[in-house]
Amino acid sequence: MSACALRVFVQRAAVTRKAAHQTFSQTTAFPRRGTGSYTHGRGINTLTNSLRAEEKVTVHFLNRDGKRITGKALTGESLLDVVVNNDLDIDGFGACEGTLACSTCHLIFEEAVYKKLGAVSDEEMDMLDLAYGLSDTSRLGCQVCLRKDLDGMILRVPDVISDARVDSEKESSTAPPKV
Amino acid sequence: MKMINLMRGSVMKIHGLSSASRRLAAEGGVRGLSSSSGPRVCIVGGGPAGFYTAQQLLKARQNTAVDIYERLPVPFGLVRFGVAPDHPEVKNVINTFTQTGQHERCSFHGNVNVGKDVTIDELRQAYHAVVLSYGAEGNRSMGIPGEGLPGVFSAKDFVGWYNGLPSNKELHPDLSFETAVILGQGNVALDVARILLAPVEMLKETDITQNALEALAGSKVRRVLIVGRRGPLQIACTIKELREMVNLPNTRADMLPADFEGIAEALKDLPRPRKRLTELMMKAVKEGGDDKAEKCWGFRFFRSPVEVLAGADGKRATGIRLALNKLEGSGESARAEVTGQLEDVDCGLIISSIGYKSIPIDPAVPFDPRRAIVPNEMGRVQDTAGLYCSGWVKRGPTGVIATTMNDSFDTARVLIQDMEAGKLDLSVNKPGAQAITALLQTRGVRAVLFSQWEKINAAEEKRGKSLGKAREKLLDVDEMLKIAWS
Repeated sequence: MSACALRVFVQRAAVTRKAAHQTFSQTTAFPRRGTGSYTHGRGINTLTNSLRAEEKVTVHFLNRDGKRITGKALTGESLLDVVVNNDLDIDGFGACEGTLACSTCHLIFEEAVYKKLGAVSDEEMDMLDLAYGLSDTSRLGCQVCLRKDLDGMILRVPDVISDARVDSEKESSTAPPKV
Repeated sequence: MKMINLMRGSVMKIHGLSSASRRLAAEGGVRGLSSSSGPRVCIVGGGPAGFYTAQQLLKARQNTAVDIYERLPVPFGLVRFGVAPDHPEVKNVINTFTQTGQHERCSFHGNVNVGKDVTIDELRQAYHAVVLSYGAEGNRSMGIPGEGLPGVFSAKDFVGWYNGLPSNKELHPDLSFETAVILGQGNVALDVARILLAPVEMLKETDITQNALEALAGSKVRRVLIVGRRGPLQIACTIKELREMVNLPNTRADMLPADFEGIAEALKDLPRPRKRLTELMMKAVKEGGDDKAEKCWGFRFFRSPVEVLAGADGKRATGIRLALNKLEGSGESARAEVTGQLEDVDCGLIISSIGYKSIPIDPAVPFDPRRAIVPNEMGRVQDTAGLYCSGWVKRGPTGVIATTMNDSFDTARVLIQDMEAGKLDLSVNKPGAQAITALLQTRGVRAVLFSQWEKINAAEEKRGKSLGKAREKLLDVDEMLKIAWS
């Protein structure tokens, strides 16, 4: 398991444990995030940013409105971190804060880039399966960590429709409700 | 996520004031910092739909004020009362809702029963637009004899019981029977099954209510059957929840191989999500699990409930009569048809998990009783200018939080569009919460503000801490109010 993937795994488990003891009274203006440097304050990042310029990565997102938006990040950060830290305007992205409890960070990769990514865990696949517009090169952004060789990649933000659990077969009006 | 920046800025401004003037700014609908001549929108319902709609409205225009009215003193709806206690990460959305609740242009008014304490027409007079986001508080009934017998519960009530919904605190389900039967095979049904069979160790640090935890610790339920009208390929639950059942400690799967005839052959043509789900089910059928396991659970397919059976004294449920079905058609649109065969299952706990249901809130609001929703076009309530809806009351009671999120964003966008197209007359000044608060006062109703909910929140966390739990929810509305207004 790569160091980044391990970090995502450990933080995911930690968030799950921590979430069980969530203390909402500590909510600050900054939402807690499950992964990435966001939780640790900007100061340290600024310092390490200047020390490790060669580990900076640029990621482009093709947003739902057709516009391209760009975010910068450090290697090791997840794509959810990129969106959050750069305040990218992607509606509803990362609702569960990187804990594999939703599929709102669904992103579509170019095939060549997708092939370079690591294997998908069952846990990620389970949530990805619920994403609208699921493709063969889909991943959940909170589970993909940046590496230098992913610099400059372009990701598509898929459209969402209101029902995330519509089957690819047409739903009939007599079908039971899915919850 | 730009929302975060916006709110960060606003929260910083509020922190700059003294706490006294901050309280003044928050109470009574007086807005110390934002323009008083901007559009005012009222949202009815403080669950995910309400908060997500509010969020999008606040983000889209810098001068819109949004007020959320909620019947209970506490916000967050099904995120608080529906999501299972062992799924805390799903509740992370509360963080973003809290930001919205604390936003300077948003005010939360708990303890206000719209339809009883104030009418929709009164709200429409005080606001430029009203959004109905009050969800689905009723449940679909099975419509079978014996449904009212002791021992039969709706999943909505059972879930409300272990999640501390005040109106379910006296449920006292009798867990002294070996077999429980759940009708319905969606994720709510699986949540109920899992909570019934999970080892107490898994639950004792969560926010499950203490009385539910104690009842479950003493439970004699060892076998849970989850019954559906149609077949394995039509099952409504999703793979994450199924995997949790398969992995549940000290339990084994108890399925009927006959229910799975022809399924293996159908696998190759299925889209990936349905395929993986079905494969996991087949694996559970084949492997079963540890024979030494004390507890078991299983799906039963092609069965519809036709009668709840009572014991000799007729006083409580002791079994359920199921009709066996056959499937006509295939895939999502397959239909269950009666065969005439029946099957009786002995059980002492019957939980019907066949869907929630919205109810009408006010005679002035159109309501479609067949679909149990407020009739609307893209969130605009039929024939009623200035009235909108979002969430389950708009589209029906299905979908996860993200579904409701996208839906609420859609409604908010439509509302903004209408503002910008001049369909809502924003030239008229509307009094908003000031007028409603005054009106409520004349009726002896006092709202719980967001900062006052935060006192309830702190109290629950404190109580939880002493029990080694995430929180211990208050079950009594009067207790909540006492703490809120202390």
